[in-house]
Amino acid sequence: MDFLLPADQMALLLGGVRTTVLLFAIAWVIAFALAIALVVIRATDYRPCRWFVDAFVAYHRNVPLLVQVMFWYFGMPELLPETIRFWLYDHNAEFCFAVIALALGSAAYQAEDIRSGLRAIPATQFEAARALGCSYLETMRYIVVPQALRISLPPLVGRALLLFKNTSIAMAIGVAELTYRTREIENLTFKTFQIFGIATVLYLIGTFSLMALGSWIERRTTPGRKEHRNA
Amino acid sequence: MTAAIVSLDHVNKWYGPHHVLQDVSLEIGKGEVVVICGPSGSGKSTLIRTINALEPIRDGKLLLNGVDVHGKGTDLNKLRQSVGFVFQQFNLFPHMSVLDNVTFAPIRIQKRPRAEAEALARELLAKVGLAEKADSFPGFLSGGQQQRVAIARALALQPPVILFDEPTSALDPEMVGEVLQVMKSLARDGMTMVCVTHEMGFAREVGDRIVFMDQGRIVVDTTPELFFDAPDHPRIKRFLSDVKGEH
Ligand SMILES: Nc1ncnc2c1ncn2[C@@H]1O[C@H](COP(=O)(O)OP(=O)(O)O)[C@@H](O)[C@H]1O
Ligand SMILES: [Mg+2]
Repeated sequence: MDFLLPADQMALLLGGVRTTVLLFAIAWVIAFALAIALVVIRATDYRPCRWFVDAFVAYHRNVPLLVQVMFWYFGMPELLPETIRFWLYDHNAEFCFAVIALALGSAAYQAEDIRSGLRAIPATQFEAARALGCSYLETMRYIVVPQALRISLPPLVGRALLLFKNTSIAMAIGVAELTYRTREIENLTFKTFQIFGIATVLYLIGTFSLMALGSWIERRTTPGRKEHRNA
Repeated sequence: MTAAIVSLDHVNKWYGPHHVLQDVSLEIGKGEVVVICGPSGSGKSTLIRTINALEPIRDGKLLLNGVDVHGKGTDLNKLRQSVGFVFQQFNLFPHMSVLDNVTFAPIRIQKRPRAEAEALARELLAKVGLAEKADSFPGFLSGGQQQRVAIARALALQPPVILFDEPTSALDPEMVGEVLQVMKSLARDGMTMVCVTHEMGFAREVGDRIVFMDQGRIVVDTTPELFFDAPDHPRIKRFLSDVKGEH
């Protein structure tokens, strides 16, 4: 790889890739779990639940992600007790706050996607489950959410791509991810075209992998795909 | 009097200002096949949906196997496991195979061992003539086949009573027979059944009682012989000639 970059710069860059992947993976897992929780809470008939979820979604859709990230990093610590604050500053606070902000933002969008998937499930599915003795949560877990997720898969893949690209915003609070390292190396070497070219390719590898994973899952979860093949 | 499996005592229900069930009283004993018929909009679906508490009621009393459905501390989810329900539109779970549709409630809700649930499911699928479709998905089955799977799914909880809401109304005519066949064999096995249906041949052949509803009321509750051969109510006569006209 020396013909691309000297080894020390390459190491810097790969460290950035590692941080980017970690930011994405951790934030995605949190976001997805949170999105499902938001959807299930939103689907209850209880008004305060709906208001809470709607407010959560509205905030994250209407405030720039950069502001959200900065708010968490610069604003939140003021509210925390001193011991927790110092512990965080000792333990990669910028990474933690970036993950939180990215995850919450993505959760809001994913919740909306899953919710529109949910609306596509006929009420009769709900009834059929209730008639078999399912509780509300069992109905959601086994019958409604799996079908809604299958329908929401394409938009959810889109959200994952967006989250992956948005990890670059974490550089604004000093997280040493791929874009941060790219800028750093560019400042050292002034090989602007080359280093941003490499970064571009690395991001594309990430996004194409996600897209491939998405269509693999889509194929795997088509009901009766074997029958279809044989038919 | 033998203990009734289903007992409605002066049940009233409104949809807004609309009084859909008016003072309905009905007792269904073990092994009885009760056919409910009546013009569209007369409250038949509402009545049987009330029986497994899919619909709440305003007043009156509803007992299922002696348990007060609206009593304090009644676990409705548990109670519904003792009432099979077959819908007009089948309502199978499209993301599950036929076998999983049938084993779903026993395994996930009743927490029975998978092996036991699958053995029972295969037995039930054989009974409805679909043993070889266990691994198919609902989207690949005809309407008649889907409805037979739905019957197997309802039977998988081994309920003492099973409710049918126009189980053949959404089917192409050539598939009605296969579903009625399954229902008749259930009736012969001594299953307690409440069937909302316009299939008068079925009603005459296997029905023990015919309940005729009109405008939210039970107008008559009688035997098939009296109902068909000596209809003593002008609305029943009109209904019977309308139903004949459909076929
Ligand atoms: N969810 C509902 N909300 C309001 N009115 C309803 C609802 N379901 C049924 N109805 C009305 O109640 C009456 C009885 O309906 P239903 O029990 O479905 O009749 P049937 O099954 O005999 O055709 C009809 O007038 C129908 O329009
Ligand atoms: Mg009806």
